[in-house]
Amino acid sequence: MSGQSNYNPKTGIEKWLDARLPIIRLGVDTMIFPSPRNLNYWWTFGAILAVMLVSQLITGIILAMHYIPHPDMAFDSVQHINRDINFGWMLQPMHAVGASMMFLAVYIHMFRGIYYGSHKNPREMIWIVGMVIYLLMMATGFMGYVLPWGQMSIWGAIVITNLFSAIPPEAAGTAVTQWLWGGFTVDGPTLNRFFSLHYLLPFLIVAMVALHIWALHIPSNNNPTGISIKTKADTLNFHPYYTVKDAFAIAVFLMIFSYFLFFKPDSMGHPDNFIPANPYSTPAHIVPEWYYLPFYAILRAVPDKLMGVITMFASIGVLFILPWLDISKVRSMRYRPLAKQFFFLFVLACLGLGWAGAKLPSDLVFATGVDADGHAVGLTFVWMSRLLTVYYFAFFLVILPLLGLLEKPKPRPASIEASVLGTDKGEV
Amino acid sequence: MFKRIISLAVIAAFSTSAVLAAGGGAENKKQDWHFDGMFGTYDKAAAQRGFQVYQEVCAACHSLKYVAFYNLGDKGAPFFDPEYPNPNDSPVIKAIAKMFTIIDGPDDSGDMFDRPGITADKMPAPYANEMAAKASNRGALPPDLSLITRARSDGSNYLYSLLTGYEDAPEGMKMSAGMSYNPYFAGGTQIAMGAPLTEGRVEYSDGTEASVDQMARDVVEFLTWAADPKMEQRKQTGWAVLIYLFLLSLLLYGSYRAVWRNVKH
Repeated sequence: MSGQSNYNPKTGIEKWLDARLPIIRLGVDTMIFPSPRNLNYWWTFGAILAVMLVSQLITGIILAMHYIPHPDMAFDSVQHINRDINFGWMLQPMHAVGASMMFLAVYIHMFRGIYYGSHKNPREMIWIVGMVIYLLMMATGFMGYVLPWGQMSIWGAIVITNLFSAIPPEAAGTAVTQWLWGGFTVDGPTLNRFFSLHYLLPFLIVAMVALHIWALHIPSNNNPTGISIKTKADTLNFHPYYTVKDAFAIAVFLMIFSYFLFFKPDSMGHPDNFIPANPYSTPAHIVPEWYYLPFYAILRAVPDKLMGVITMFASIGVLFILPWLDISKVRSMRYRPLAKQFFFLFVLACLGLGWAGAKLPSDLVFATGVDADGHAVGLTFVWMSRLLTVYYFAFFLVILPLLGLLEKPKPRPASIEASVLGTDKGEV
Repeated sequence: MFKRIISLAVIAAFSTSAVLAAGGGAENKKQDWHFDGMFGTYDKAAAQRGFQVYQEVCAACHSLKYVAFYNLGDKGAPFFDPEYPNPNDSPVIKAIAKMFTIIDGPDDSGDMFDRPGITADKMPAPYANEMAAKASNRGALPPDLSLITRARSDGSNYLYSLLTGYEDAPEGMKMSAGMSYNPYFAGGTQIAMGAPLTEGRVEYSDGTEASVDQMARDVVEFLTWAADPKMEQRKQTGWAVLIYLFLLSLLLYGSYRAVWRNVKH
């Protein structure tokens, strides 16, 4: 792990280079390091995300060669890419659907981290760097969705940038909003700077991913038991054991990606984005991309605009301090019978928030009867959002800290090796 | 578990688009289309008839600005002819282009001039600009049709339902001047476009009877192609990619088993 190296330069050239630029050593030590021998398929999403990031970079760089960040030409240029550029019909949806697939993978990756305690001592920095990556992904995805300059692009941009106008004018709310816009409304300058930043942020993501992986090489991977590596018998080298397992998972994931890309390219997007942006015509129902819907629901759950914005940002901020909220010494929820149940409720709450984010706040989840005027009454989506938002925050701020104090964990195996071989059960 | 998360995410994604189908309120009439499904292709004969409907009926008010004449003869397009892999050489495409008058210029003396269309031209718009279009339609703007089936939720069924969905307004409903009643319209129930299709409005050269239903189905076939002209290429490539990835994943799974054969895990 840290400090040690598995590289022994043998030839003269390798020795010469290694003394001057140890780049082969870097590559070897990145790929050949001891990993727990019991990682399951939930651990393949890191490699899947790396592949998706590269795919997004390559398709994005090619799209940028043909895209025109101008309000009069952006929409046309996306059509030009889809209709006239060689393989543009494949590259553009690959980038758009790819963003959705990347978020799907990152959510699974994050849920896996929470379930198996991958954020806990000694991996807090891996988790925090990961959260920075996630925030950068959200900013990148949002600005990318603005670029085609369709109706959802411009109106999504108007709604999201207006969040900053919730800050009172005396506290520079207006100034900040106009600074983001580059004018007095979402227009050409906004599109231009979003394009510039949309090109910049992915490279910051790459840098953060390098830190994420570097930090991972200090304590090595967590594993389904959550037990630290104790002896060499607990481990396997990352290469070839996990490279081949990841490669298989990547191929399967790419099949799911391909299904959507080639057969359902519009299913992840919104039909209104095939209508050119029109600042004078508001769509009936403005919704963000599916991967932001839970946060959109949290935003709308709070009646006060500023408090809604604060709550929404807090819902992401709370993830940064998760390592210090989840205070149980047992990492894996496999051995935490109560935490496990609250975790699955948390996953359901996130999905429920996503569902509520896609609906109008006043729509009914289910009807319980009719009022005096004959209108159906029942649980509205805004109330469901409120209940689930309370659970979302309670999970982090109340349930996890309390469980750390109160829960009696199940016995854990003595080592990773013992858990794999099924021997020596019951030791702590 | 993995499957469940995927399916829920997919449902979430789909329900987003379903939500936005708000409007007139009537459920789209579901049709079986030749382009449906993973093997679906465009019915070329129907799309050719649909082009005739577009040209003789819709084009009076609606532009189709992203479609060039040569696009009509591309692979997967209504007038594709394997004898002319380059549609610019196709006599059919040349003849279609020639039927249109294109405003070109300015010439050496600074004037615009008319000339017959060539295959490289885009389909000309019926109005000079948006204001002219609105002025001729009592303030309503006829939308460009290049992407219409993708710019509406469940677009092909929606368009078919709209075109065949004109009815008399219900008793007691107050209609605005010049508006028609259509319960399928996404923007309410009153639409500025009068029923465009009437029995025998066009005369098909292949002898097909030009009923309202037939013309609606044909023009939807054509406009679905116009909105998604690379669909056939995309699905073909998709099958090749899926088969390749399936074989690759079998090989990788075999490799995985081979590498791990002596390791209990």
